Amino acid sequence: MTLCGVPIEVLIATLLATTLRVATPLTLGAIGGLFCERSGVVNIAIEGLMITGAFAAYVGGTWSGSIWIGLLFALVFAGLMSALHAVLSITFRVDQIISGTVVNILAFGLTGFFYDQYFSQHAPTSGSVPIISIPLLQDIPVFGRLFQQQPVVWIALLLVAVTHFMLFFTRWGLRTRAVGEHPRAADTVGINVFRVRYMNVIIGGALAGLGGAYLIVEVSTFSPGMTIGRGFIALAALIFGKWTPLGAWGAALLFGFTQALQINIQQCGVDFPAQIIGTLPYVVTIIVLAGAVGRSTPPAAVGVPYEK
Amino acid sequence: METRPGTTHESHIDVSGFRPDSVPAPDPAYALQARGMTKRFPGILANDHIDLDLKPGEVHALLGENGAGKSTLMNLLYGLYKPTEGQIYIAGKPVTFNGPNDAIASGIGMVHQHFMLIPPLTVTENIMLGGEPTVLGGILDREAAARHIRQLSDEYGLEVDPTAKVQDLAVGSQQRVEILKAFYRKADILILDEPTAVLTPQEAKDLFVIMRKLAAGGKAIVFITHKLKEVLAVADRITVLRLGKVAGTADPKTATEAELASLMVGRTVLLQVDKKPATPGKVTLQVDNLVVLDNRKHTAVDGLSLEVRAGEIFGIAGIDGNGQAELVEVLTGLRKASSGTIKLDGKDVTHATTNNLIDNGLAHVPEDRHKYGLVLTYAVSDNTVLNTYDEAPFARGIIRNDKSILDFARKVVARFDVRPTRVEVQARNLSGGNQQKVILARELSRDIRLLVAAQPTRGLDVGSIEFVHKQIVAERDEGVAVLLVSAELDEVLALSDTIGVIYKGKLVAVMPRAEATRDKLGLLMTGGTVPT
Repeated sequence: MTLCGVPIEVLIATLLATTLRVATPLTLGAIGGLFCERSGVVNIAIEGLMITGAFAAYVGGTWSGSIWIGLLFALVFAGLMSALHAVLSITFRVDQIISGTVVNILAFGLTGFFYDQYFSQHAPTSGSVPIISIPLLQDIPVFGRLFQQQPVVWIALLLVAVTHFMLFFTRWGLRTRAVGEHPRAADTVGINVFRVRYMNVIIGGALAGLGGAYLIVEVSTFSPGMTIGRGFIALAALIFGKWTPLGAWGAALLFGFTQALQINIQQCGVDFPAQIIGTLPYVVTIIVLAGAVGRSTPPAAVGVPYEK
Repeated sequence: METRPGTTHESHIDVSGFRPDSVPAPDPAYALQARGMTKRFPGILANDHIDLDLKPGEVHALLGENGAGKSTLMNLLYGLYKPTEGQIYIAGKPVTFNGPNDAIASGIGMVHQHFMLIPPLTVTENIMLGGEPTVLGGILDREAAARHIRQLSDEYGLEVDPTAKVQDLAVGSQQRVEILKAFYRKADILILDEPTAVLTPQEAKDLFVIMRKLAAGGKAIVFITHKLKEVLAVADRITVLRLGKVAGTADPKTATEAELASLMVGRTVLLQVDKKPATPGKVTLQVDNLVVLDNRKHTAVDGLSLEVRAGEIFGIAGIDGNGQAELVEVLTGLRKASSGTIKLDGKDVTHATTNNLIDNGLAHVPEDRHKYGLVLTYAVSDNTVLNTYDEAPFARGIIRNDKSILDFARKVVARFDVRPTRVEVQARNLSGGNQQKVILARELSRDIRLLVAAQPTRGLDVGSIEFVHKQIVAERDEGVAVLLVSAELDEVLALSDTIGVIYKGKLVAVMPRAEATRDKLGLLMTGGTVPT
């Protein structure tokens, strides 16, 4: 059986491989947001952190010739950008939505400005990364391609598992959840609420930045605004996933799948206006969120600055 | 010994307050001694040279009205505030607390009035938080913590399930978790801040048993409260605070409620409600076979019928959560009845809107004054016209008449003795008692037929309770029908002319006040039957 002139099993395998790929930045963005929000700080700045990470990875990658250095740059600079969100929202108790908006605007402004200044005339491409394949699994006929992916894809999967373990089975996770639910209670047993929040916001920002860096890994070049709303979809995945790592990952896969579907439909050459097909991931996001909100309870203290 | 109940200056009550020369030197036999504790906030002297001694094995009650400085003193002892002056000694050694951690390390544990528990976490997680046993540098050892908790729970008779989520526990169990939290941190001194405020009468009794048991085991307990009966029931010693100072100390074996109340308030207080026999008129509120669902669509009020006559206080006794809240909401138009009828002065108002009910003479003193009683961020003046702002003289067409609103507010604020008297301040800045007075001022300054008062004195101090009770009785004497819903048995007994007991959404008994006793009501409230 064939569809668009391709055997159906090949089509499915391609679709799944694309899903895994497309879901990677969403997963990383959502995990980054999870660190932040679980500690009680709203993060609508994921989008801005991702574009920061993307630009930093591009600069680091082209400057050093190694995309690994690029990834490191993404972690550091997105972490720094997130530190700004932390200072504004934790220390100065600025409304967290406003603080997040500030970070978004600043990130887009700065990356766009520097790109125009230094790269718009001559835009080098960054180095490429090796494909890491899982032994044995990659030899499965047709579906083997699922297991030949860029390292960031594997890092994202690993992070989902690690975050799940850390959140529910370690001292760090317990304290983070406590601070996000009832900071005063945490304070009365001697936990430093501010430190926990700072750590989480900065680490979360760095991970979201890695999500942005993945876009550079994919296309080897930067273009201003290239995240096109992925940060917000990541935030939607976090909410739809009920602020759990596995849930957020599942939601990221769902959104990734719709995006993969959209890409494959377009490649298939179906006679349908591309613009409408292009809206598919966003439409699904809206529908899913409209259905999920109300049943999904955020950490109780999210969005509320802590005052001693 | 000669006793004259009702007077303050009894021989066994020491009202001398702070006298530096009489203070014993730090003594290692005391679990805790606080000397000259003073805390000054901008413009307020919250604690003024307070002394407190605490021996191992005693329950020391700290009695005082809201704002007397009890909480400030406890926050000083728990390291949440730094004293302006004063010194704390633990077992005779001077200590300085830079935060709760230091207090915890010195063996002080505190159970806050508003529990410091995290609802979605388990009992074990809540208790071990901040002192988690871990393996491999950070992985939680839940089993070890749960074992420790079970052992503590056996040792002190504090029964809890370590694996349960706190949000699924009853309030009494949550409180046991809080106490275990203190002992998990090896506390020898336990501060209980208004621990009975949130408990049902039975839970409070259970707590007293636990407190006595802990004291017998050598723990030192500070019991903060403004409830006189409880102090006399459980304390070994009593220190009374008033306006930031020690007003006196008393021995619960000899002190009476009246003496303690006078000491707390600084004047003689009427603990008994002074009221004439009721002269009930015709039926004002008639409820027939009312069925109401709660938010989870479970039956909360289950075929309830009652009648309240003009000039009568009908008190509903019952443990919280037996349908009282839903009943009040239906009567005030905030919730829909599933079936049954409600008549106000003979008119069917089962499906009337709140606005409609207000126009027909309904007044409502809601259970949660912050959520339903006031708009906390509005000025007191605006709060006094929340249900009449759109009527003359407060509005002309769609335009507010600020002058008449302010005039009205000043008038009723003076009449109901609300402090501060400035009506421009936000309602959130008032004490609980004064907030309740603003609500009464609004609700009772109209021409009303029915007053529905839910937990009207919850969280209020003795002086405010007296005031609220007087107002309710005054309304009754004016011929208003009053439906009083209260979880405080004493309140129901003190105010009501007729008493109904609610249990699982049904009125299981209705009787004249004269036939009601605490024991009888207590039994009916918990689903028991009274032998006739």
